[in-house]
Amino acid sequence: MEQPVKAVRPVLELNGIHKAFPGVKALADAGLRLYPGEVHTLMGQNGAGKSTLIKVLTGVYTPDAGTILLEGRPVSPASTLEAQQLGISTVYQEVNLCPNLSVAENIFIGRYPRKLFGIDWAAMRRDAEVLLRQLEIDIDVTAPLSRYPLAIQQMVAISRALNISAKVLILDEPTSSLDEAEVQLLFRVLRRLREQGMAILFVTHFLEQTYAISDRITVMRNGEREGEYPCSELSRLALVNKMVGAPATPEPAEAAQHAAQVLHNDPLLSAHGLARKGVLTPVDLTIHKGELLGLAGLLGSGRTELARLLFGADKADAGAITMEGSERVFGTPRDAIAAGVAFCSEDRKHEGAILSLSVRENLILALQARMGMLRAIPLKRQQQLATDYVKWLGIKTASIETPIGTLSGGNQQKVLLARWLATEPKLLILDEPTRGIDVRAKQEIMDYVTTLCRKGLSILFISSELPEVLRCSDRMIVMRDRKACGEYTRGQLDEQSVLQVIAGEGA
Amino acid sequence: MTAPQPQSLAPEQVAAAASPRPSASGLLRHELAKPLLALAALLILDLLFVPGFFTLQVQGGHLYGPLIDIVNRAAPLMLAALGMTLVIATRGIDISVGAVVALSGTMAAMLIGGTMVINNGVPEYVANTPMALALAAALGAAVLCGAWNGLLVAGLKLQPIVATLILMVAGRGLAQLLTDGQIVTVYYQPFFFLGSGYLLGIPFALWVVAAVLLVVGLLLKKTALGLFIQAVGINPVAARLAGLRTATLITFVYVFCSACAGMAGMLITSNIKSADANNAGALLELDAILAVTLGGTSLAGGKFSLVGSMIGALIIQTLTYTIYSLGVPPEVNMVVKSIVVFAVCISQSSEFRNILRRSA
Repeated sequence: MEQPVKAVRPVLELNGIHKAFPGVKALADAGLRLYPGEVHTLMGQNGAGKSTLIKVLTGVYTPDAGTILLEGRPVSPASTLEAQQLGISTVYQEVNLCPNLSVAENIFIGRYPRKLFGIDWAAMRRDAEVLLRQLEIDIDVTAPLSRYPLAIQQMVAISRALNISAKVLILDEPTSSLDEAEVQLLFRVLRRLREQGMAILFVTHFLEQTYAISDRITVMRNGEREGEYPCSELSRLALVNKMVGAPATPEPAEAAQHAAQVLHNDPLLSAHGLARKGVLTPVDLTIHKGELLGLAGLLGSGRTELARLLFGADKADAGAITMEGSERVFGTPRDAIAAGVAFCSEDRKHEGAILSLSVRENLILALQARMGMLRAIPLKRQQQLATDYVKWLGIKTASIETPIGTLSGGNQQKVLLARWLATEPKLLILDEPTRGIDVRAKQEIMDYVTTLCRKGLSILFISSELPEVLRCSDRMIVMRDRKACGEYTRGQLDEQSVLQVIAGEGA
Repeated sequence: MTAPQPQSLAPEQVAAAASPRPSASGLLRHELAKPLLALAALLILDLLFVPGFFTLQVQGGHLYGPLIDIVNRAAPLMLAALGMTLVIATRGIDISVGAVVALSGTMAAMLIGGTMVINNGVPEYVANTPMALALAAALGAAVLCGAWNGLLVAGLKLQPIVATLILMVAGRGLAQLLTDGQIVTVYYQPFFFLGSGYLLGIPFALWVVAAVLLVVGLLLKKTALGLFIQAVGINPVAARLAGLRTATLITFVYVFCSACAGMAGMLITSNIKSADANNAGALLELDAILAVTLGGTSLAGGKFSLVGSMIGALIIQTLTYTIYSLGVPPEVNMVVKSIVVFAVCISQSSEFRNILRRSA
C-alpha cells in the first residue's frame, strides 16, 4: 500500500460541511480529503452520513455550510451534471445506464462523435474499444449492455466517467451485487486507475474489501468526520471501534440485577434453526419474558433479516418458532401480530409511516388491523388513544389530526412506537429505532424502551450503536456474515470481545 | 418527502372537520370547492343560454326536465366512477370497465332475450331465463372479471394498467364472441324498467346509484375500510407490516369496481333495449378516471372522495348536455370537453400554481 505523498495538494477537499433536514442533523462538521493517485474508503454505519456527504459532493444536496475545494478552487455543484463537468463522476451500485443500448452508445451517450452527416459510428466503436481496453476489458462494444454481467456494466459506467475526463471517481457501494471474481476484476481496474493518478473515493461496508484496496480510510459517525487514517495504521478492531462509537458507560447496579432475574423467567419465544436461503444461516434464539435481548452486528450481518423472519415479514425456509409453549408459523405479519409480536422497522419512511395520514390514523392502524376491518374503533376511542400516547411519549405535533409526514423524524418514530404499543404486544422488535433522529429523542426512546421492559414486555433490540445495545441489553447476540456468532449475558458483556466478534477478528 | 396529497373527505374525518365554524375562505379551500365551482359555472352557463334548463315537470307522477335527464344519463358513469374511486385510492387503475360493461350487458340481454306471446288476446312477455337469474348471472360475470383483475394485481403483482388491459381486450372480445358481433335486442318489457323506469317519481337508475353510494358510504363510515384503503394506497409495504391484508383489500376494490361496471352495463342495455358488444361502454373507463380526477382524488393513491367523483361524473354529463343544447356541432364536442377538462386539471396542479406565483 503506497502512502500519498504529503507534498501533493489534495485534488478534492471538503471542510466543515453541515447539512440538516427537518428534525435531523445529517451532517455536522463533516469533511474529506482526497489525493490524486489514491483509493480512499469512506466508512461508517448506516445513518453515519456517508450518502449525504456523497450527495453534497455530487450536487444532489446543497450544504448548509462548509466548503468544497477542487484543485484548490472553491466549487459548489448545483447538479450531478455540473459535478460531472467539474470532473467529479459517480458510479452507483445500481448502474444507471441504458440496458437496451449498445456498450459503445452507453459510453458516449449525449456526446456521440459526429461526422458531416450524422453520427460517426465507426469512430464511436473504435474509441469505446480503446477506452475499455485501458481497463483490460475486451468485449463486443456493439452488443447491448444488458447482455453483460453487472460487473462489466460497472466497467462501462467507469469508462464513461473516464471519458468525461474525471478527476475524482466516486464508487458508491459498487461491490454490493458483485461476486468474488467480479470484485477482483473491479479492484484490478481501480489499481490501474490509481497508477494513472486518479483520485478514487470508495464507499462500502465490507471490511475485507476496504483493507484489500484502500490507501486511506475516513471514518464517519453521527454525521461527523471521526477521523482519517492510513489503512496500514488502523487495525480492523480499531476501525469497528471508531465506527460504532465507544466506550460504553458503566452499567447501573439495578440493570445488572434485572438482567440476572429475567434469565430465570419463562421463555416467551424461541426459534430453532430459523433460516432463509441466501439471507440467514440457521439461528437459534430464545427470548425470556421481560427480557431485553440486544442484537448487534454491522449492516448485512443478518440482524434485520432475522427480525423479519420472526415477524413473518419474510417467510423462513427452515426452522420453527415456539411461542408460549406452542409452535407457531408466522406466514404473514398478520399471524405474528395476532400472536402478540410487534415489529418497528428500521426503514421508517418506507416501511413504517404512512406519510399523508394523520398521527391518529397512523397510531391506531396496527390495532385496527388486529381487530379486523369490520370492528371499527370508535372515533372517540381513537382520539383518546392518540391523545394519551402523544402525551405519554411527549410527541411534538400540532394536533393528532396533523399528517405524520410533517413531524420530525424523532416524533414520527414515537408515533410508530405508539402504534405497536397500542396493540399491547408481548414481544416488541425494535430495528434501529433511534436511527436518524436527534440525540434528545434518541435518549427518550431508549428510556421508554427500558421502562417497558421493566414492566414485563420482552424486547428484541437491534442497533448499530454498540454503546446503546451494551447499555440496555440484558443479554446480547452478535451477528456477522448472516449468522449468529456469539451470545453474552450482561455480566460477560465486554466491549472489546464484542467488537472482535463483530469485526471477525481473533475470536 | 412526497408532495402533499390533495385533501379530501376521509370518512372518519367528516365529524372532526365539521366542528370549526366554516368561513368563506375556508369553504373555498374545501376539497370539494373546485369541482362544485366547475359544476356551478356550467349550470350558470345553461341558465343563461339554455331556455327552460331548470324547469321540472311532473307528468304522470314522473319527474321530467333537463336536470333529471342529465342525472339519469350520468347514472352508468356515476357507478363506474364509484368503483374507480376505490381502485385509484389503492394507487391502482382499472381500464377494463368498458369491457365489463359490454360483457355484463351482453349476458343480461342474451339470457333474457324475450318474446311477446299473446295469450287469449292478452300480450305477455316471456324471458328466456327468469330475469332475476339473468341479472344475477350478469353481475356474477362482472364479479368474476373483478376477481381476475384482483388476482393479477394483488396476487401476481402485475402493474394495474397492464393487468386490466388484458381484460379490457378479452372482456369485449368474449362479449363479441357470445353475440357473433351482432347487436342483441331485448324484447322483455319488465327489463326496461331498470334503465328507463321510474320509482316514486324518480328514475330507477338513480335509485341504483343511490343504493350503491349508500352501501359504500356506510361501509366507509362504520368500518375501517376507508382507513385501510388509504393506507394501502399511500404505503402498501408499511400497511402490510402493520398487519393489513393488503392482497385481500386490493382484490376487493377490483371486484367492487367490476361489479359497479356490471351494474352500469345492465342499466345501459336496459336503457337502449339492446346490447352492442362492439360499442357498449366504449371508453367508459376513461370518463370514469376523468370523473375521479375532476372530483379531486389523486391518481397517486391515498385520500379519496366518493362525493367528489359523483360531482365529477355530473360535470362530464352536464358538459355533454350543454354542448348539445347550445347547438355546438357534435364534432366539436370532444374538443370542448378536452378544453374544460384541461382547465379543471390545471387548476389542481401545484406546479402550475407555482409558475403563476413566480410570474406574479
